[in-house]
Amino acid sequence: MISGFVFRALEGKIVVAIAILLVIAILVPALNLLTPPDSALHIPTYAVSLFGKYLCYALLALALDLVWGYCGILSLGHGAFFALGGYAMGMYLMRQIGSRGVYGNPVLPDFMVFLNWKELPWFWHGFDWFVFAMAMVLVVPGLLAFIFGWFAFRSRVNGVYLSIITQAMTYALLLAFFRNDMGFGGNNGLTDFKDILGFPVQADGTRAVLFAMSAIMLAFCLLIASAIVRSKFGKVLVGVRDAESRVRFLGFRVENIKLFTFVVSAMMAGIAGALFVPQVGIINPGEFAPANSIEVVVWTAVGGRGTLIGPIIGAVLVNAGKSFFTGAFPEIWLYALGGLFIAVTLFLPKGIVGTVQHGLKARKAMKAAVEAEKGRDEAAPVAQAQAAE
Amino acid sequence: MNTISETRQKSLLYLENVSVSFDGFKALNSLSFVVEPGELRAIIGPNGAGKTTMMDIITGKTRPDTGTVLFEDAIDLTKKDEADIAQLGIGRKFQKPTVFESHTIWDNLELALNRDRSVFATLFYTLSPEDEARIEEILSTIRLSHRKDELAANLSHGQKQWLEIGMLLAQEPKLLLVDEPVAGMTDAETAETAELLKEIAKTRSVVVVEHDMGFIRELGVKVTCLAEGSVLAEGSIDFVSNDPKVIENYLGR
Repeated sequence: MISGFVFRALEGKIVVAIAILLVIAILVPALNLLTPPDSALHIPTYAVSLFGKYLCYALLALALDLVWGYCGILSLGHGAFFALGGYAMGMYLMRQIGSRGVYGNPVLPDFMVFLNWKELPWFWHGFDWFVFAMAMVLVVPGLLAFIFGWFAFRSRVNGVYLSIITQAMTYALLLAFFRNDMGFGGNNGLTDFKDILGFPVQADGTRAVLFAMSAIMLAFCLLIASAIVRSKFGKVLVGVRDAESRVRFLGFRVENIKLFTFVVSAMMAGIAGALFVPQVGIINPGEFAPANSIEVVVWTAVGGRGTLIGPIIGAVLVNAGKSFFTGAFPEIWLYALGGLFIAVTLFLPKGIVGTVQHGLKARKAMKAAVEAEKGRDEAAPVAQAQAAE
Repeated sequence: MNTISETRQKSLLYLENVSVSFDGFKALNSLSFVVEPGELRAIIGPNGAGKTTMMDIITGKTRPDTGTVLFEDAIDLTKKDEADIAQLGIGRKFQKPTVFESHTIWDNLELALNRDRSVFATLFYTLSPEDEARIEEILSTIRLSHRKDELAANLSHGQKQWLEIGMLLAQEPKLLLVDEPVAGMTDAETAETAELLKEIAKTRSVVVVEHDMGFIRELGVKVTCLAEGSVLAEGSIDFVSNDPKVIENYLGR
């Protein structure tokens, strides 16, 4: 049963994509660590972290695509799940600092000492333990998505209304996390990380491993997403996107279908956030900004929603563009991003991958038509003979 | 006095004194309507007579303000939602053909198949030989076997109507509600659809809402004429079409 589920996921393009990701996971760290800095093949550490960041964004875009591209739920609040996963990881990293903080308090993180707190808030307990923190990376975004989805999908909030509520959700979290008494470091967030699992966060080796983990987790989530999309459940998902009432009148519980997908997607976004934080070295409430979530939508649209490879390509391309533009022409980046979204909507409504797929299909259909035209004269007598029988 | 409870016991679908209003407009006005097992019934009536509202109530999309809606004399449909009612065995075809356009015809039928519809059952579903045979069978019933691998979007309007009927068949319903199945069909398609529905009605009850009087004549079944939310006349097509009230309210216009 499970093997069938996974086996179905391994369709041509997905296998290639997973293979490429796994090669990258080995090759990039190897070129970073094993080649001398003056070699032409050497990849500098800052680039490893930068690419690692792109891979996290790609995973976030993939998560969004699962709900938007396949199920038709345009979430404008996926950044919230990403940030929550990031905070869970950040809390673990804070606990690892121990007494090495500026104030040298053996129990409390610096910002709590600064706020004159006497003991650790209850929700910080357990985050010393890596396994617990990693569980929270999945549980916290998943739980929020479950509660949110439970109410929204049961009361059949759809379309633009749902998008607005998701946006409100991430904005509410932004405001909440800004508050110092929330206990998550307020405005400054969590930073000054030292170790992860005993390895220094800043070290080249650690960064290389984090990069490899990002690529591997992206490959793994791609596999899961592909298995979901290619199962009968995935076909139901597309049905919900295209004709929700038909699905309902066929006897499916649309609210459960949406809820499951939303929770899985939120967990993937959480994983992306958790991998992102140690690579950039900080998590602050800015990650909840509504604009961040909207950017994810742009990446997905550019790459091609409703395809699994599209959002990955979109996220990497747009962010590479962003890195370039913000370095070269910082003042025009936002215009470029806005223009890109308009251009894609107007000229590539299916996104890059969607358009390429469409083109290939059209060519195949044309070839088939030409073949059929050629074959008609030869096939006709056969058809007649069959009819005679 | 016994006749009422007897009718109810025998019925597959039983509506009594059902009323519903939207913003003061009475869409249904103490409507009573009974469908027996294995019956093929046609419903006619002018626009706004409440035909679609009646279907909405039966399938759980709309809740009635008052009245009784029973399925198989035991199940109160007003307490159930669309998915429950579909699983009980009531299938519905919409006025506008609604199929999954970005899926193949085969996949459309596979999704409609009457199997466990829970999240995990669908995640781990694999096509069994019986299911495959059943889909093939439906494909030939709706005359789309040769196009099974094409996208539903590529079908003509009439073929989409058939595919939707096929999807309803895959659901194995006891009762089929069909809203304007021949709207936009050619004469030949209309005749074929009449045959198809008659064929289907051999094994289950079918309620057809239609404006096309020629089509209803072709079906040759009991006709119910609705107007202003209640039943105006009921009987054979000749009886109903000669009823002065029906002529005044519907046919004469």
